[in-house]
Parts: sequence; C-alpha cells; structure tokens
Amino acid sequence: MTSAVIAAPLPDEPRRLRLAEWQLALPLMLAFAALFLAPLLLLIATSFFNDDKITEPGFASWLKFFGDPFSYKIILDTLLLGLKTVCATVVIGYPLALVYMDLAPRLQKVLLFVIIMPMLLSVVVRTFAWIVVLGREGVVNQGLLWLGVISEPLKLLQTELGLVISLTQIEMPLMLLPLISVMSRLDPNLRDASAALGASRWRTLFTVIVPLSMPGLVAGCLLVFASSTTAFISQTVIGGVRLIYLPLVIWQQSLVVYHWPLAAVASLSLVVSVLTVIAALSYLGRRSSRHLQG
Amino acid sequence: MGRRQSFLDLSYALVIGGIALFAVLIIVSPVIIALMTSFTKGLSLKFPPTGFSFGWYEQLFDATKSRQIHRAAENSLQVAAMSTLIGVVLATLAALGLARNRYRSARIADNLFMSPLVLPGIAFGLAALVYFSTLGFRPSLNLMIAGHLMVTMPFILRTTTASLSQLDPALLDSSQSLGASWFYTLRRVTLPLIFPGIAAGAFLAFMASIDNVPVSLFLSNARTDTLPIRMWGMMESTLDVRVAAVSGVLIGAAFILMLIMEWTVGLTRRMRD
Repeated sequence: MTSAVIAAPLPDEPRRLRLAEWQLALPLMLAFAALFLAPLLLLIATSFFNDDKITEPGFASWLKFFGDPFSYKIILDTLLLGLKTVCATVVIGYPLALVYMDLAPRLQKVLLFVIIMPMLLSVVVRTFAWIVVLGREGVVNQGLLWLGVISEPLKLLQTELGLVISLTQIEMPLMLLPLISVMSRLDPNLRDASAALGASRWRTLFTVIVPLSMPGLVAGCLLVFASSTTAFISQTVIGGVRLIYLPLVIWQQSLVVYHWPLAAVASLSLVVSVLTVIAALSYLGRRSSRHLQG
Repeated sequence: MGRRQSFLDLSYALVIGGIALFAVLIIVSPVIIALMTSFTKGLSLKFPPTGFSFGWYEQLFDATKSRQIHRAAENSLQVAAMSTLIGVVLATLAALGLARNRYRSARIADNLFMSPLVLPGIAFGLAALVYFSTLGFRPSLNLMIAGHLMVTMPFILRTTTASLSQLDPALLDSSQSLGASWFYTLRRVTLPLIFPGIAAGAFLAFMASIDNVPVSLFLSNARTDTLPIRMWGMMESTLDVRVAAVSGVLIGAAFILMLIMEWTVGLTRRMRD
C-alpha cells in the first residue's frame, strides 16, 4: 500500500528501469553462449563425423555405437546404477529427514551441519574413505572377521554392491537437502490433526507427510540420479575396470583412444538418457502434486 | 484398539529412528575412519590403523617429495579463486537484472543458466575439450577457469536470486523516492542486504570448483592438473597412503571453512531454505 502511494508520482520510472535492469544479465548471457552453449553445439556436430581425424562427415559413429549390443548394456547399467542409488538414498535418507522434523531447533542445527559437511568434502576424499572402509583390510571385513561371520575377507571393492553403498553416502546430502527444505515448511498442525483423528504415525506418514513432501523427494531423486550416473571417479575407483559405465567409455574414447566422434556419441547418449529419466521423474512429481491440490 | 495404536507408534519410532541412526552412521563414519587411517604408522590402509604417527603428513608437506601434489593444490586454489571471482560478478549482475523481471524470457534465461547443474558434467567436460582444441587453445589454467566458471556460477546465481526475492521492494522504492539514484540504491541498499546470499553462493561455488572432476579431467594436462585429478591418479595406480593425508587436510579445511561460513552468513540455514 505505502509503496504504491510513494511510487505513484513516478509513472515512467519503472519501465525505463526494467530495460536497464534486464541488460545487467548480458555479460553472463554472452559468457554462457560462448563457453557453454557453443561447446555443446560443437559436441553435437562432432558426433556426425566418421573418423577420429574429424574430416569426413557422416553417421558412422552413431551407427557404430548403436550397432554394438554392448552399448545398450552399458547405457542400461548406467541408468540402473543411478536408480539403485536413488532407491538406497530414499530408503535411508527419508527417515532421517522425518527425524529432523521432530528434533529441537538446536539439534536440528547440529544434524544439518553433519549432513552438509560431507557435501563440502571433495568427492575424491569421500570415494577414498570408502576404499578404506570396504577394502580387504577395511573396517567392514575386519569387523565381520572379528565377529566370526566370515572366515575370508569379502570382495566389496570392484563390485556393484560396494559401488552402490559408497554412492549412497556420497550422494546422500543431495537427497536430504531438498527433502528437509520442504519438510521444515510443513505445517506441524497437520500431523497433530491426523493423530487427533486417530491415525497411527505410520498412517500419518503415508497419507499426510509423504504426499506433501513429494516436491522435495522428487528434487532429491533428480539430483542424486544426475550426480551418480556421471560420478566418474567413484565409478572407476570403487567399481574398478570390469564394471563399465558410460562416463568410463567417454573417457576412454576421448583421452585414451582419441576418437572424439565416438566419445561425442557416447556423451550425447548419456545426456539424452539421463535427461529423459529426469524429465519423466519430474513429470511424475508434478502430476502427483497437482493431483494433491486438485 | 489403543494397544494396537501404541504398538504401531512404537514400531514407527523403532523403525524410523533406527534407520535414521544408521543414516547418520553411514554419513559420518567413512569420514572419521579415513581421518583416523591418515595417522597410521603402517604402509597400508589397514583398519584399525597400526600405531599413530604423522609420517604421511610429513611426507605430504615435504616440498621435494610431494612437489607435484603441491603444484596441483596451487592450481586448484588458483582456478577456484578466479572462477569464483568472475562468477560472483557475472552472476550477481544477472541476478539483479533477472530476479524481479516477470517476463517469460527472464524465467527461461534463469532456467538456462541453471542447466549446468543437471547436465552430466562429463559431457560438458568433453564438449569444452573439443571446443577449445578446435579453436586452437592448448590446455592451460585459463581454460580451466572458463570451464569451472560455467559449472559453478549457478550456485551463486541461485543464492543471490533467493536473497533478492526476499528483499522488501518498499525499501528500494523509498530509497528512490527519497532521491537516490539507481546506482546509489544498489550500493547502499541492495548490495548490503543481499551480501550474505552472494557470500554463501561464492563459498559453494569455490568448493564446487575445488571438487570438480569432470571439467578438470578433460582440460588439464600433467602441468595443470588439479588436486582431485592428482588424487585420482594416486588412487588408481599404487594406492599411495599420502592420499589419506591429503584427505585429512581437506577434511580439516572443509570443517573449519564451514564453521566460519556458519557463523558469518548462516550457511546451513541458507542451503536448507
């Protein structure tokens, strides 16, 4: 009200100002076009060359990549790795977000610090930590040997199980932050009302809290999926050379074999398949939240 | 009925509480275990560590034995500092220009600037390599700064846009109606109020640059490699326990930095909201 009254004597001001304001984004737009969009367009163009010298245009690289049944297996494995990691982070992370809601503000601060701290730690450090944990002489094997559960050290590194366990911890903050952000804005009265009406806590969880926290859950799933499918260091160091995912193929084709068109095809396949899953997930998320409001 | 209810509530507390405790354990323990292992006396990453010593740290800080690690760390710091600095200028300007703009094109531009966060990093890394080599550039720190700028700038844009949207427009209107010029309002009203948002974004961008693998992997060579790339090499070949010492230093640095950011700009609250 007051601002409208004060602004009234200057009718022309906001229009002129908006034009000037918009132009402030120009430097970033130029940098973005030159350093982000142009390289990606060139990558697409590169994929339509047949030879590693990039002289002969054609579709041979696409045909070669998609003519090999092994490529489909690698794409599928990469997407499955992302989905497994998403499932594991949801199952383990969601309860932690629930507990966060019930904590006193002081403890909330501590928990948030604990969640964010590993996120600021280099992925390489986190990957290294899991080598120490899962290795032959690592904590898990030493503990199980000591308990007498196993007599020989288990092979955990260079298995998909070990990789999913590690990625679960490495990507966990990406799941928890959006979840906690949405959940801390939920009206606590809703839970109390549900309980007062006789619903058990389980029922309140599945009929009230889960639907309302859907936007945070979807956002978390998207981030974890995008990050785990492209986690080159974790995939190569913990997964080893026998577990092949798309990022390894891209790296080999571009920096070992030096066949850039093939590497471009592999990276575009990664981009398209990851973005497709992301689009599907966010479509489902939007539908579920619209269903809730409607 | 009542008994059933309390049994259900008890099972809820046990299952949810149990998984949450497990989650905290999974999040924290690898970091602590890696930290403990870095003080081992032995030559391997055995746990529990055999004896206590600073041996690996002494090796790490030895200027001649670990020269390549030191240079990689310097490269990392230089690239992160420069890309964050440029990112702060570009992203703050863009946020000022777009945050209050309600046109559809402004929303599209905003979403476009955020896209490096979801695009698989390794694809952009390769794209940057192909692009810069086609233009005839040799690998250098400047190329790496340009690449890092693109993938870390969204963090600054996001936090700055968020603080701008929380800014009361009445403050800007009253500043202008009192005769202040646009630039004066920016300098004395807007910037001081959104500074914590910019600082939090700059911090996240800096850390993301220090941590970046996909871009550095493609744009660096033996002379310009960054710390994560060097560490990856050390883990891939012979598992060098100096990796544990580097990790220990990084864990300590991240912890201290985070405490500072928490006290000054309330980092955790900003990341949650």
